[in-house]
Amino acid sequence: MSVRDALPGPAEGGPATPPPTGAGAPDGPGAGPPSRRRLARARRSAARRRAWAQFRRSRSGMAGLLVLVGFGLVALLAPVLFPPETISVTDATGEPMAPPTAGFPLGTDESGRSILALVVWGARVSLVVGLAATLMSMLIGTVIGVMAGHFAGWFGVALNRFTDWFLVIPFLPLAIVLATVLGASLLNIIIVIGVTSWPGTARLVRAQTLAVSARPYLERARALGGGDWHQMSRHVLPNVMPLVLANTTLMVALAILSETTLSFLGLGDPLRPSWGGILDGAFTNGAMSVGAWWYVLPPGLCVVAVVLAFTLIGRTLETIVDPRRGVRA
Amino acid sequence: MGPGARYALRSVASGLGTLLFVVVFNFFLFRMLPGDPIGLYTRGRNVPPEQIEALRAELDRPLLEQFVTYLANPFASTINSARYNQPVWTLIGDRVWATLLLVGTAIVLASILGTWIGIRAGWRRGERFDRVSTGVTLTLYSMPEFWLGMILLITFGVGVGFVPGVFPIGGIITPGVDPTSLAGVLDVMWHMVLPVTTLMVVYLAEYALVMRASLIDELGEDYLTVARAKGLMDKVVRRRHAVPNALLPTVTLILLNLGFVVSGAITVETVFSWPGLGLLSYDALRGPDIALLQAIFLLFSIGVIVANIIADLLYAVLDPRVRA
Amino acid sequence: MTAPALEFRDLHLTYRTADGPIPAVRGVSLALPAGASLGIAGESGSGKSTLASTVLRLQPRSATVTGQVLVDGEDVLGMTFKRLRALRWAQASIVFQGALHGLNPIQRVGDQVAEPIALHEPSIGTDDVHRRVGELFEQVGLPPARAAAYPHQLSGGQRQRVMIAMALACRPRIIVADEPTTALDVMVQAQVLRVLTDLVAELGLTLVLISHDLSVLADTCQRAAVMYAGRVVEEGPSTAVFERGAHPYSRALAAAFPRVGDPRFRYAPAGLPGDPPFPGEVGEGCPFAPRCPHSRPDCTSGEVQLAAVGPGREAACRYPLLDDDEGLR
Ligand SMILES: Nc1ncnc2c1ncn2[C@@H]1O[C@H](COP(=O)(O)OP(=O)(O)OP(=O)(O)O)[C@@H](O)[C@H]1O
Ligand SMILES: [Mg+2]
Repeated sequence: MSVRDALPGPAEGGPATPPPTGAGAPDGPGAGPPSRRRLARARRSAARRRAWAQFRRSRSGMAGLLVLVGFGLVALLAPVLFPPETISVTDATGEPMAPPTAGFPLGTDESGRSILALVVWGARVSLVVGLAATLMSMLIGTVIGVMAGHFAGWFGVALNRFTDWFLVIPFLPLAIVLATVLGASLLNIIIVIGVTSWPGTARLVRAQTLAVSARPYLERARALGGGDWHQMSRHVLPNVMPLVLANTTLMVALAILSETTLSFLGLGDPLRPSWGGILDGAFTNGAMSVGAWWYVLPPGLCVVAVVLAFTLIGRTLETIVDPRRGVRA
Repeated sequence: MGPGARYALRSVASGLGTLLFVVVFNFFLFRMLPGDPIGLYTRGRNVPPEQIEALRAELDRPLLEQFVTYLANPFASTINSARYNQPVWTLIGDRVWATLLLVGTAIVLASILGTWIGIRAGWRRGERFDRVSTGVTLTLYSMPEFWLGMILLITFGVGVGFVPGVFPIGGIITPGVDPTSLAGVLDVMWHMVLPVTTLMVVYLAEYALVMRASLIDELGEDYLTVARAKGLMDKVVRRRHAVPNALLPTVTLILLNLGFVVSGAITVETVFSWPGLGLLSYDALRGPDIALLQAIFLLFSIGVIVANIIADLLYAVLDPRVRA
Repeated sequence: MTAPALEFRDLHLTYRTADGPIPAVRGVSLALPAGASLGIAGESGSGKSTLASTVLRLQPRSATVTGQVLVDGEDVLGMTFKRLRALRWAQASIVFQGALHGLNPIQRVGDQVAEPIALHEPSIGTDDVHRRVGELFEQVGLPPARAAAYPHQLSGGQRQRVMIAMALACRPRIIVADEPTTALDVMVQAQVLRVLTDLVAELGLTLVLISHDLSVLADTCQRAAVMYAGRVVEEGPSTAVFERGAHPYSRALAAAFPRVGDPRFRYAPAGLPGDPPFPGEVGEGCPFAPRCPHSRPDCTSGEVQLAAVGPGREAACRYPLLDDDEGLR
């Protein structure tokens, strides 16, 4: 597959699409032609509008977005919905491991805390860790990928090898080893997911960078003496970003799953339980042997909903950014 | 040397490169950490003083010297498991077979069923079966596998409401039953039902999605139009031309994604107390038992690297363009 | 006179796409007696391949078709799928455009040639199928041993010969060759075409040859049709159509392919101004009118039908050029 065809169109230096009327010429009549940079910006914002129009037409993408907005609101409003003391072990007011009642719609855990409150607070942790870890992995992956694609010599080759090595190492054992060594905390789990999940992005970005570098306008930039930094930041990155963003959305889904798994294994912050942490609590406190389904079911359903939402959004974005690949969605 | 042999040699060499990287990484990660390594290795455990002495003697040797010993035989760790107080590789050797049995069964079932679903969905893309199966597989794919295991265990092991819990809630065999007898074999199979189902369902989702995508990639190809023009029935075009081509990337992807299989094994074995490497990892990290963790990490990495090499070689066998 | 071997009757084909319908063929009627040869020319996108695909009803399911395609008097579009499968390749076969991808990359080419034989003539034993494949390879000038090769081991010209051998495998009476030589270099093009045309002459087959190369069509085919925007705009004896076209488009097409040494083409090769209309945007009147050097005001209104312009010649033009008109000024 040619990655060249995949990009939504060159951001700069390609065939000049006229900017949408109204944009690009606030200097008024008589002022010289709008600067190249402004033209490029206008073109990009037009592309964004087109993408959004296309996104709105996708039913699964919109459903995913709706679910996410819902969970985002719940996570933001957690302190309003359930004051922090409701999830404190010492201030718990319910019976231990009680099935759902009017006061505790989703029942209670081993220390009498409301599962509903735990799940609402867990949304904050799961979402924050998922997003932060993805951000980290995307930054690492993009930097390494762009450099591996841009520098043709031994440096690029070495980075590429390094990426391949990391790609092969199985994720969970590596993450477990790292998390054990670093210790259980929110920041550490973000770091662990971030540094173990970048190779996929790096490989994608490298392929894109190679494709972009072959385009004529980059040759021109090189001929005009544009330095490496100039080429990468002004020409390569803007072209690579759309696909990276689509990929990032899919990666948030994986990051949240990873967080859930690591927390379930007891590597999360015990004071701030995520959904995975709640499941860890259920498992280690024998919720299963007493048949406390209310303790197990809700956090898992939340994970499924959020991960599915990110996946659907990511697939829709991928179809928009890369129609060739998107037909498979 | 033919291009085929060169290709094989290259993929083995690249696998060995990765292996070396893992070994070096594994060695230095624990030695370079800040703080007292002894504390790390024995954290939270009552370790006999003579063992601590041995450990200190080992760790006090020059780093390079330690590294050379380690490289010479990474499988003969000089540091015992803190928890079991046994050489780690003995522990691991006892557990490998249970994992292979569980994961192997799940992979075989999942790849058969998953590929079948992927083929059916991809061939009639956008139609009912495709829409339903893609929705279901995406949902399964979004599911933490251990959570699915917990739900199955509560529902069919413990029992909820009027659903009786008929399946064992854990373990590989009922204590006291002879595993070599027919009753023992049946008992093991009975114990396998829930964990295998859990793993299978999760793997299946991945395999179905991959197979569907690679079949759809083939759909527009001209050679399929030619095959149809010859007068072949639709299902023959699919079976004889489309599927073999689409299986190539699928088979490789399945082998390359073995890391994903490993994750499933760790958490699902934990949920079902299945006495394999996954449960051992859980015990080791709950300890934490660093020496054991290191060894397990090495073993899993080797497994995945070997699967990668096999994937490369298999690709060459299946695809004449590489074999050349 | 017997029924034509191949006949299109008022054929319309519209692709339905996400961006709206694309009427690729808009009312084509052509008849071809057994043993005759017809060349079809026309710009890229004029609907030639689409027309060819309907001979074996190979259009995608997203396409709506009206009209009739008669093979030996039988309507291909209306027949049962079972009957269609029996007809495919046994009565008519196609040498596809861009055959470089027409071969299954992971099957030996000999097996691919043998496949239709085993399918349509199940009574033939394996050994005889083998022998037939060997003969076919010899007929197209390939050593029979090459039957064991995989497609990637053959050159482009050899692959195209395999495609021709495959088309002849079941000894059909009709062959449709859709640009059988594009993507080959000039020397190989000539060889492959020679193989095809010799075999057609030797076996007395009915041939439809689609090509951009008018000189080839003029040499090979008795009759010629020129397509523009999904319609046949001129039909007649091939030399007349290509050397003294009555439709301005035929002349423009001919002028774009100068022949060395022919004083008629002493003018600079006249590329046509403008682009062919996009299939979805053809207006009223003659579709060629906007680009036509001879267009008159009334050319853009009403329907312009094919009408006789001489013995055995028809053109869809209100003001056809006569033989002594100088088509190009
Ligand atoms: N499967 C399809 N779906 C949608 N549109 C199609 C499809 N196939 C062809 N078209 C459109 O139909 C029109 C006619 O295409 P066709 O391939 O028949 O042209 P052609 O005359 O064979 O061109 P060329 O000389 O380039 O081969 C074109 O505008 C093309 O874009
Ligand atoms: Mg064509």
